Amino acid sequence: MAERSIDVAQGKSLASKFLRWEWLLVLIFIAVNIVNTRLSPYYLSLDTFLGTPANFLDKAFLVLPMTFVIILGNIDISVASNVALSAVIMATTFNMGLPLPAAMALCLLVSTLAGWFNGFLLTRFKELSAVIVTLITMIIYRGIAYMILQDQAAGNFPDWFSFLGWGNIGPFPFILLVFILCAIAFGVLLHGTAFGRKIFAMGNNALTARYSGVRTDSVIQTVSALTGLMAGFTAIFLSSRMGSTRPNVAMGYELDVIAMVVLGGVSTSGGRGTIAGPLLAIFIIGFLNYGLGLVNVQAQVLLIIVGLLLILSVLVLNVRFSGRHRRPALGAGREK
Amino acid sequence: MSQNEASVAGKPKARVSGSYRELGLLVFIVVLCAVIQVRNQSFLTISNIADLLDNTAILGILAVGMMMVILTRGIDLSIGATIALSGMVSALTVAANPSMSPLLSILEGMAVGLVVGSLIGVLVARFSVLPIIATLGAMNIVRGVTYVVSNGAWVSSYQMSNGFQSIAMGRVFGVNNLVVIAIVVFVVFGYFLNYTRMGRRIYAVGSNPEAADVSGIPRRFILWFVYAVMGALSGLAGVLWVAKFASAQGDTATGYELNVIAAAVLGGVSINGGSGKITGLILGTILLGILNNALPLVNVSPFWQQAIQGFVILAAILTNLLVKRNGLRQALRKRAI
Amino acid sequence: MSHPILELRDVTKTFPGVRALDGVRFELQKGEIHALMGENGAGKSTLIKVITGVHQPDSGEIMFDGKKVDFRSPLDSQRVGIAAIYQHVTCYPDLSVTENIFIGHENYDKLTRRIDWKSLHRRAGELLESLDADFDPHTPMGTLSVARQQIVEIAKALSANARVVIMDEPTAPLTDRESEDLYRITEGLRDMGVSVIFISHRLEDMYRLAKRVTVFRDARYVGTWNVDAISRDDLITAMVGRSITQLYPKKEVPIGEEILRVDGISRTGYFKDVSFSVRRGEILALTGLVGAGRTEVCEAIYGVTKADSGSVSLDGRPVSIHGPDEALAMGIGYLPEDRHRQGLILDWGLWMNVSLPTLSKFKKHLFLDQTDERKVAKDLLERVEVKAPSVYTKASALSGGNQQKVIVAKLLNSELKVIILDEPTKGVDVGAKTAIFDIMTHLAMQGYGIVMVSSEMPEVLGMSDRIVVMREGRVSATLKTRDATQEIILAAAMAEGSPA
Repeated sequence: MAERSIDVAQGKSLASKFLRWEWLLVLIFIAVNIVNTRLSPYYLSLDTFLGTPANFLDKAFLVLPMTFVIILGNIDISVASNVALSAVIMATTFNMGLPLPAAMALCLLVSTLAGWFNGFLLTRFKELSAVIVTLITMIIYRGIAYMILQDQAAGNFPDWFSFLGWGNIGPFPFILLVFILCAIAFGVLLHGTAFGRKIFAMGNNALTARYSGVRTDSVIQTVSALTGLMAGFTAIFLSSRMGSTRPNVAMGYELDVIAMVVLGGVSTSGGRGTIAGPLLAIFIIGFLNYGLGLVNVQAQVLLIIVGLLLILSVLVLNVRFSGRHRRPALGAGREK
Repeated sequence: MSQNEASVAGKPKARVSGSYRELGLLVFIVVLCAVIQVRNQSFLTISNIADLLDNTAILGILAVGMMMVILTRGIDLSIGATIALSGMVSALTVAANPSMSPLLSILEGMAVGLVVGSLIGVLVARFSVLPIIATLGAMNIVRGVTYVVSNGAWVSSYQMSNGFQSIAMGRVFGVNNLVVIAIVVFVVFGYFLNYTRMGRRIYAVGSNPEAADVSGIPRRFILWFVYAVMGALSGLAGVLWVAKFASAQGDTATGYELNVIAAAVLGGVSINGGSGKITGLILGTILLGILNNALPLVNVSPFWQQAIQGFVILAAILTNLLVKRNGLRQALRKRAI
Repeated sequence: MSHPILELRDVTKTFPGVRALDGVRFELQKGEIHALMGENGAGKSTLIKVITGVHQPDSGEIMFDGKKVDFRSPLDSQRVGIAAIYQHVTCYPDLSVTENIFIGHENYDKLTRRIDWKSLHRRAGELLESLDADFDPHTPMGTLSVARQQIVEIAKALSANARVVIMDEPTAPLTDRESEDLYRITEGLRDMGVSVIFISHRLEDMYRLAKRVTVFRDARYVGTWNVDAISRDDLITAMVGRSITQLYPKKEVPIGEEILRVDGISRTGYFKDVSFSVRRGEILALTGLVGAGRTEVCEAIYGVTKADSGSVSLDGRPVSIHGPDEALAMGIGYLPEDRHRQGLILDWGLWMNVSLPTLSKFKKHLFLDQTDERKVAKDLLERVEVKAPSVYTKASALSGGNQQKVIVAKLLNSELKVIILDEPTKGVDVGAKTAIFDIMTHLAMQGYGIVMVSSEMPEVLGMSDRIVVMREGRVSATLKTRDATQEIILAAAMAEGSPA
């Protein structure tokens, strides 16, 4: 019945495969390492590459679900407060006599519930934007952490607990292995499964997704709960590395995490991005931080650099995509 | 003639319904005060009320700027950092030149804030960066710059001239300068928002950005303008803050933006843009001031403050939303279909 | 007669792939109400956008008050005194009526820059009074009914000393009484010397109001007549311009048993007590004026919204549908009205668009089998004869008709029993329309039950087996197509004393 057949072969040019944001990130990553090598003769070693990530990977767990959140076209600034809340609950219940494994399970449960609650508010009260919902829960979650622990610290964790953040399995830090597993899981979820496809669909055009039978509410709630779960991971590893917990832990993590996702090439208007980009961004910022430490640059300068990176990458991405079809314009369709 | 009567008769009714929200807020404040007074007799004393107002004045000044930003459907998370930077810069200048006029210090702080706000405004208005992203990035950069200009050190009270400290300590007709400045800001911006074309266009841009573009309102300029003004007000607040606490630190006012947003939201500024009044904002600021200052008087731990604040904001927003939904349902019923 | 206030000569406007205006002319006299009519896609909206400066014509000239004008933006046209009142009113819902009227030209004190609200409110009150409207100018715009918002827009036009007012389907969302008020106001405008271009689908509007009527068809100018000199039939012929059988390839299909039955469903404020049924192989047209609640009924059946009461049965069994996913699983598909916002992801390749509703079919273990997705998409797209080079082609690169076919292809991978098509030919070229009707006919032959929502009479009469007419949220008539005429349907849609 068809007069003319439709091609199923990929029509993309070679150039478009290589002109990708991720390759630029790879170049930046190499550049950062070249500079670091110049700064310290001891830098270029296997130990550096395997050991350094343990310093910054705690927050990296949040980058994975935040990538989902931003591809959905939302944002979550409550993640750091969620980390504080679940870490405080874990440490407090442990100090009250709960066995640590049970306290850790409770931590994951609380963080997942707190994440899901964001999703609940977002889907039940659609008039509210993700900015305002997560701003409120950001205040509430950290507020509850302060209610529980006031200005005290909690902890006194047993030795095996510090293994999570500090220990190695063979040459590999435990936290790195866990992170790699999580990253693979999130990557597969986003790029290989129907669930990931639905996230991209909703970020591009939530209404079309809904009319096409995507259960948009359940996707939002699942992503929110996943974000919470990862906040729990961060809480556990952060507590392990610090040995104790205060209500003010993880302050400002939301910015670092969002900056990594955006630097990773994920569009803040939703619908576009990969897992690979934010992963590269984690290591760029992490190793940059490490290098700056080598030359005794104040930690505060890193604040400036992360902020600048965030704004610059948004600027570049905005300009790059401004010519594309974003929100569908009404009027005549374009011809091939 | 009959139509004339109808329109006159309709007027007061419409006005009252428009201010239900402020009335409700006022009633809530009165009830709250009564409850606190019963629990602790020292709440409603002249000195305590004066304290409360002193402590709330800076919040009020900032809330005015935040209200304008939120009216355009934006948000500004950078103001805590801007307060720190402008406070630090003016304190450092004063420490180096003790004879500097306090007025000049205030202008200096405002200039610093204006620069920060203008840059954010350019990002949002010219480059269409989401306000949350632009201000989150700016928050870090400005905070970092504050540490860099001060080398991580503090400026303490002994380094500040008496003139500088008098910015926050002085009185006009027995009223603290801070309160006077806040009142001036409320009056000026109340006038600006209600009686000037520019002010009304801020509402228009938030109410319907597309229509604003079609009817030739300079939408992008207005967006830039609100962030610039927010910056300048943060700069002003920064100087007042440092003078009041007689100390400038790198972490001054960390997280204070949340209080300011809370005051605006409690004051009935719609987070979807386009609606909000100065009168409501004043009440919202006072309510938040009471929550901040009076909780210790009734033996509520200060560590509970943040959570209580969060729940109050959540309740306020959800109540507002449910009232709106109910109104919509009523309107649908009226269609009799 | 003096020179016309507005005249267009030989205006052409093309968009990529579509010629929206093809050498048209139009002439508006001073103090005249001039009706502009034509089917959807005839070029009326584009003409308005050219007159108001939203679009610039490719060629041809526009004369305003005898002088050639060149509008670069809507502001230019507003400046000379052209005001447009759109169907979806573009107002500031949070601002008062007064502000909506005067925004952009408030008078204020040069020294204090103070806007003089007192005098503005008074002037707003006077303007409203001159339009026989009796509501308070302090009211926020968002709390007014659509009818009143339109009156405010007219007051706004008056306040700007508009000399030409364009009304784009203003009566579509109004009740009969509100329409009557609008007629009076429009006549009032004419008496003040304002010229009015009145666009409407309703023949009644035109006969009641206009002195002359201009008809467009397929982006071309057909003619201008004095209203009392042209009969209904001639006017319809001018608008449709071809015999119905030519355009509509309706084939007789054996009609089977009933598959979808809708029983007394209601949703407060949108529709009430709506019942109808569809049989296998049958095309049921759901028609009525814009705003009669047709789309809302379809969305409730498809599960996008929920009906407050009533029931839906499939194959004789009552079903409860909570979302589009369940509707698709049970065998109901829906082609939404707005294909850009609801039907397609424009930035995506066709294959991803096509597989979106049926992702679960492509699951192999945990993963999506993308090769299979592309293969199935290719088959489906070829089945509905989409013209595209590759399955990777972005949806945004296709013409309107082809985009519509892609959405049909999306539906065909589900095991559907009923397909609801909401205004399937809206904004597509004539050739593409025929292609979509062909597809509909094929689907009916394959045994699908089809519900077609449409406002276009010729399409309804030409394609359907039965017709359900809705008016103000209720079913006002159910007819066999062979017994129906344009007049009967219009009468049911408007429920006035039209000949039945």
